Amino acid sequence: MLALSGVDAGYGTFQALFGCTLEVRTGEAVAVIGPNGAGKTTLMRVISGLIPARSGTMTMQDLDLVATPPHNIIRLGIAHVPENRRLFPRMTVEDNLRMGAYIPMARARFGERLEFVYDLFPRMRERRNQLAGTLSGGEQQMCAIGRALMSGPKLLLLDEPSAGLAPVVVERIFELIRVIRERDLTVLIVEQNVQQVLQVVDRAYVLEAGSIRMSGSAQELSDNEEVRRLYMGL
Amino acid sequence: MGRLDTGRILVTLAVIMFACLAYVPTILREGDIVFALTDVYLYETMINGLLLGGVLALLSLGLNLIFGVIDVVWICYAEVVMLGMYAIFYCHTVFGLPLIPSMMIGIALTAVLGYAIHYLVIRHLVNAQPINQLLATGGLLFFFQSAATLAFGIEFRNLGVSLGSFALIQDIYVSWARLAAFATAAVCVFALYLFLTRSYMGTAIRAISQDREIMTLMGVQQGRMYLMTSAIGGGLAGLAACLLVLQYDVHPFVGLSFGPIAFMICVLGGLGNMVGGFIAAFIFSELIALGGYHFDIEWGYVFAFVFFIVMMFVRPEGLLGKRS
Repeated sequence: MLALSGVDAGYGTFQALFGCTLEVRTGEAVAVIGPNGAGKTTLMRVISGLIPARSGTMTMQDLDLVATPPHNIIRLGIAHVPENRRLFPRMTVEDNLRMGAYIPMARARFGERLEFVYDLFPRMRERRNQLAGTLSGGEQQMCAIGRALMSGPKLLLLDEPSAGLAPVVVERIFELIRVIRERDLTVLIVEQNVQQVLQVVDRAYVLEAGSIRMSGSAQELSDNEEVRRLYMGL
Repeated sequence: MGRLDTGRILVTLAVIMFACLAYVPTILREGDIVFALTDVYLYETMINGLLLGGVLALLSLGLNLIFGVIDVVWICYAEVVMLGMYAIFYCHTVFGLPLIPSMMIGIALTAVLGYAIHYLVIRHLVNAQPINQLLATGGLLFFFQSAATLAFGIEFRNLGVSLGSFALIQDIYVSWARLAAFATAAVCVFALYLFLTRSYMGTAIRAISQDREIMTLMGVQQGRMYLMTSAIGGGLAGLAACLLVLQYDVHPFVGLSFGPIAFMICVLGGLGNMVGGFIAAFIFSELIALGGYHFDIEWGYVFAFVFFIVMMFVRPEGLLGKRS
C-alpha cells in the first residue's frame, strides 16, 4: 500500500532522514521505533506532505506521493494523527471531528463517519459539546484519532499516541489500536513505548540517526538482543 | 485572584466610570442631580454613542477577522474603506447608478481588493517577521492614499444623500443614517457569527486560526482559505464604506480619521477576538460621544486614547484576549 524508497528529508540545512526505505502492506500494522531525535516524527511528516522529500520515491497504492500537494495527501486515503494530538483546543469535540471530514468525499458521509467514531469512542459522544482543550490527555488522543478516522482513511499514521499519557491510559490507547485494526485499517505507528507497540503490530522498523537500522516481524524484534537491551531496558 | 473575578471587577469599574463620565460633569456644572438625571440631551448623546459604536464595531470586524485567521494586521484597512467610499460615490453621483446597486458594487470591489492585497502582497509575507508585515501593509496605506489623491484629487466630496432624523421621544432625535448603520452592523456581526459557527467553511476558518499546519492534514488548502478570508474582510470594509459614505465626506485621507480607532478597538478587545472587539467598539464610541457632549469632540478622542493607554498597562492582552 505505502512504499518509501531512498527518502532524504530535513529542515533547512539539517538533514533528518537518510535514504529511508520502508513498506506497509494492505491490512498490516507496522511500527517505527527508535530513540528520541532519530527522525521518527520527520518520517511521518514527510509521508503526509508537511515536509517535502528531498530525494527518493514515495507511493501510496502506486500513486506518487512526492508530486502530490500536501492538502491532497488525505484524498489518497492517508490520515495523520500528529505528535501531541494538535486538536483545535477552542473548538468542541464535534467541530474537531467535523474538520476531520473536511474533504468533499468525507463530508458527504459525515453522519455515517460520525456514528462510526462515536461507536468506537463512546466517550467522545458524551463529550461532543465540550471544548477539546478541556479534555483529559487520553480523551484528547481519542479525539485526535477520531478526527483522523473521519476522513475514512485506508492508512492511519499514528505519531507517538502514548506520549505524555499515564500508564493506565496508555494501555487503553493500545487496546484501541487493536480495535482499529479489526476494522480493516492499515496502520503505521511511531512509538517510543517499544514493548507495548510490538504487541499490537505485525512488523517493525528500527530508525536510528535518520536511517533504518533493522527491520523484522514484531516477534523477531522482540526476541532481538540489541532491541531488548537498547529499547526495552531488558 | 481568578480570571473571572478580574473580569467582574473590570465590568463593575467600567459601569461606575461610565456613570461618572455621564452624570458627574453635568452635576458639577448645574449643581443639580435631578437635572443631570433628566437631561434629555445627555441621553440623546448616549444613544448616538451607541449607534456610532455599531459602525466602529463593523469597522473593526473585518480587521479582526483577518488578524484572527491570517495573523497579519492590515494597517491599510481604513484605506480599503476609503476606496470603497470612492467607488460608491463615483457609481452614484458620477455614473448615476441608484444608491443600493452602487453600494453593492462598492462591496464587490473592496472584496476583490481584499483578495488582491492578499494575493499580491500578504501571501509572500505570511511567515515573515511581524515588523515586515506591518511595514508592507503600512506601505500599502501610503500607496492607496497617494493613488487616491492622484486619481480623485484632494477635494472633499459627498454623496448629497441625507436620510434625515426622527424623534425617538420628545427632544431626543436619532439620525436615520446612524440607525441604519447600527442595524446593519448588528445584522452583519450576527451573520458572521452564524457563518463562523454553523458552516463548514466558517468552522474551518476558526480551526485554521488555531492551528495553521494541521488544517493542511485535513485537506484544506491554506492559501485558498486565506484568500477567502481576505475577500470577506475586504467585503466587510466595503460594507463599512456604505455606512460611512452616508455620514461623512470622502477624501483620500478619510481613513486616518477612523483607521487608528478601528485598530485600537481590535487591540482593546483582544486582537482576533471578535466579541471583544464588539464590546470595545461600544466603550470607545461612548467615551467619544460623552467627552464630546461635556467638553469638545476632541476631548472625546483624548479620553478614548487615554483609556486605551491605561488599559494597555492593566490588561495588555485586551478585554477578552488570551494571555500569551
